[in-house]
Amino acid sequence: MCLGIPAKIVKINGSIADVEIGGIERKASLDLLKEAKVDDYVILHAGFAIQKLDEEEAKETLRLLEEIGI
Amino acid sequence: MKMNRPYMKYLDEFCDPKLARGLIKAIEGLVDREICLMEVCGTHTVAIFKHGLRGLFPKSLKLLSGPGCPVCVTPTQDVDTAIWISRQKDVVLTTFGDMMRVPGTIGSLEKQRANGADIRVVYSVLDALELAKTNPAKKVVFLGVGFETTSPSIASCIYTANKEGISNFWIYVCHKLIPPAMRALLESGETTIDGFICPGHVSTIIGSLPYEFIASEFNVPCVISGFEPLDILQSVYMLIKQIKEKKAQVQIQYSRCVKPEGNEKALAMLYEVFEPADSNWRGIGVIPNSGLKIRQGYNRFDASIHFEMPTSQVTEEKSGCICGEILRGVAIPIDCPLFAKVCTPEEPIGACMVSSEGTCAAYYKYGG
Ligand code: SF4
Repeated sequence: MCLGIPAKIVKINGSIADVEIGGIERKASLDLLKEAKVDDYVILHAGFAIQKLDEEEAKETLRLLEEIGI
Repeated sequence: MKMNRPYMKYLDEFCDPKLARGLIKAIEGLVDREICLMEVCGTHTVAIFKHGLRGLFPKSLKLLSGPGCPVCVTPTQDVDTAIWISRQKDVVLTTFGDMMRVPGTIGSLEKQRANGADIRVVYSVLDALELAKTNPAKKVVFLGVGFETTSPSIASCIYTANKEGISNFWIYVCHKLIPPAMRALLESGETTIDGFICPGHVSTIIGSLPYEFIASEFNVPCVISGFEPLDILQSVYMLIKQIKEKKAQVQIQYSRCVKPEGNEKALAMLYEVFEPADSNWRGIGVIPNSGLKIRQGYNRFDASIHFEMPTSQVTEEKSGCICGEILRGVAIPIDCPLFAKVCTPEEPIGACMVSSEGTCAAYYKYGG
């Protein structure tokens, strides 16, 4: 039940955003985020964006993965 | 590990089979004794089974599923109470779909709906609030189930309802907190856990600090993990490395989503509306401060105050079901004599077979 999916913010209207997940659009409440802007990726859970995704950290994790996996 | 859907950023990079093979080799190189890890979260259990990760690990590496399936740990009494609420005049009971088939002592919400109760499945608690606004003559009650991933959104919804002066909306709170349950497992000493794969999305909210006691008091390493195959493999690798180096730290593998301090705004909202309270876990019992209750300032939204509920009587599991042992990591589904014979996802006896994230359902679907 703790499923969360990365979704891209395409439009913001007050505290509600239109987000895109693999080509499908959904609504997401931004009430639990300090800040968010169009093009940010967020984790969507039960209609709420619960955290922003950090691009730099994602790259760093992939770099570490490659290091271990070689 | 190939998906039949369009490319998804932040998911598909973490499914690369070549990197996975490298990681599995690295894990094999490190395991030199029996090691038992627990994945606390039901979403991890499903991901591990779905990607067939168990079969790829060395034989001496065991993975145990923990109590992190909110549906599975909701006690029978709460299901009975939800059914009782749904029978009250003018009530529309709303819930996440996962709760519909969970057996109480007097049937399930699904059966109750078939008998004519107005029970509706919603995707978000905001849908329930909307329903209240558009149906002022109805009493809309939301069955609040879920861990820290979910409870801030319920808090936010109550906060909004309060601001907007909505008077026909209530929450029946069954929310639970993960770290106190992990403490209870460790304190019981029933099973040896060498390391915890900690829940990724619970931790987006709470961060890594609430797990520190596990490392410092119990000397058990923790890694907060993402949900894609490479995330889980890397987390297992990080745990085994800690075990081998005789370290016990809380590490964050899922750093693209989890900060040590968590989501401070969500936490502030959570504790604006709720306060910790003792809570009863199916199969485990009452764990101190492991649940939530609505604070006094918002208690007009508390269904347990608004409705005069009968005190519930029954507590025990259905005969033969060993869900409790499974949720505590003491047994696995194939230890249950009813598994796959009497108890199946179509005819579930216990909650662990009902929820798609239940350990019994995962064993049934993907094989132990
Ligand atoms: S197989 Fe069914 S009866 Fe046995 S523990 Fe699992 S849910 Fe309970």
